[in-house]
Amino acid sequence: MIPAAFDYKRASSAAEAISLVSQYGSDAKFLAGGHSLLPLMKLRLAQPAMLIDIGRVKDLSYIKDAGKHIAIGALTRHMDVETSKVLHEHAPLLSHAAGHVGDAQVRHRGTIGGSIAHADPASDLPATTLALGATYVVQGPKGQREIAAANFYKGFLESDLAADEMLVEIRVPKMQGAGWGFQKFNRRAQDWAIVGVAAWRRKNEAGVALVNMGSTPILATSVADALAKGASVGDAAALASNEADPQSDLNASTEYRKHLASVLVRRALEDASK
Amino acid sequence: MKVSITVNGKEHHGDVEPRTLLVHYIREVLGLTGTNVGCDSSSCGACTIHMNGEAVKSCTILAVQADGSNVTTIEGLAKDGVMHPMQTAFMENHGLQCGYCTPGMVMAAVGLLNENPKPTEEQVRVGLEGNLCRCTGYHNIVKSVLAAAGSK
Repeated sequence: MIPAAFDYKRASSAAEAISLVSQYGSDAKFLAGGHSLLPLMKLRLAQPAMLIDIGRVKDLSYIKDAGKHIAIGALTRHMDVETSKVLHEHAPLLSHAAGHVGDAQVRHRGTIGGSIAHADPASDLPATTLALGATYVVQGPKGQREIAAANFYKGFLESDLAADEMLVEIRVPKMQGAGWGFQKFNRRAQDWAIVGVAAWRRKNEAGVALVNMGSTPILATSVADALAKGASVGDAAALASNEADPQSDLNASTEYRKHLASVLVRRALEDASK
Repeated sequence: MKVSITVNGKEHHGDVEPRTLLVHYIREVLGLTGTNVGCDSSSCGACTIHMNGEAVKSCTILAVQADGSNVTTIEGLAKDGVMHPMQTAFMENHGLQCGYCTPGMVMAAVGLLNENPKPTEEQVRVGLEGNLCRCTGYHNIVKSVLAAAGSK
């Protein structure tokens, strides 16, 4: 399978990438690791006329302790998120989830920013950063703006990013010793989750997000609210099945997904409560 | 578009369409057909090569993305007619049946040991999750990797 023909430009900085995308408009797509975009292009589900390769913008690959949060450059690869000592200490849920994206080869190429900008509800990192209350920093021709993860996802593969904006940084609040759990239910090791859960808990505070339970990653606020009011893990987790109305597909019916959501939220919260 | 890619220690200069996949450049332009195309959708791992020392799937990388990089394919593992220890381990432990997944499996396994020189059996199985064997010959593949690592 070969993608439809396209033109190709390589950007050496975020500013150059944004200037190029402003020039070519909605016919252009950013190419980072390419592990979401290229498969879609090979299937001709995406046919951008112009690819702007941002894979060499090296100054957007970093993981920094910024005080209350960890700042992660959008072009940081999954493998680097997975193995980061800073994240192991301050956001272990995120580094653990990054280790479950695809397989080793995919994690050597795919980037956290690419995964989030692609806004696939079946991907692990959009939901995980949503659960953690992350903020995304995007850059456009007029400068930078911050978007809370909770306001970023607008629909299936749709986000708040404008056509001439680029995701440049992900800010993840430090977990401050919170317990956490990550559940990914699939049939084969490297598959996307049929349903997945990212959850953390610190005393009465909690964050729970669901993977592949709707057209966007879902923040299960009813579960966190119930925990805050003193509900048991089991009672709170039972609410997860009503958080979303997922699609039926070859892997699972709507009812099965809803059932899985409650079971997996319970397991994730049990891990987070240890 | 002009690209310059070092493959198995030799620098190659080419002129490719932007949509040329790295695996097609390797197989069809350079004639190195040891790297196989299996699923063509970055699931099966048959096309695994090393790019700048790391295992990657060459069916999901554009040749233009590999411009300036250092690539090793299965043909580049043996040195002076002597097989790489991983190749020897696959041979001695019958780590292949039909052989289609083998080049990718060997490249992924070498990449795994570069990152984790003494993996447990569990770590080998997880580490090779991106490579599928259609003969389901995983038992001896895992055995081969453990043998190459001297873990067993």
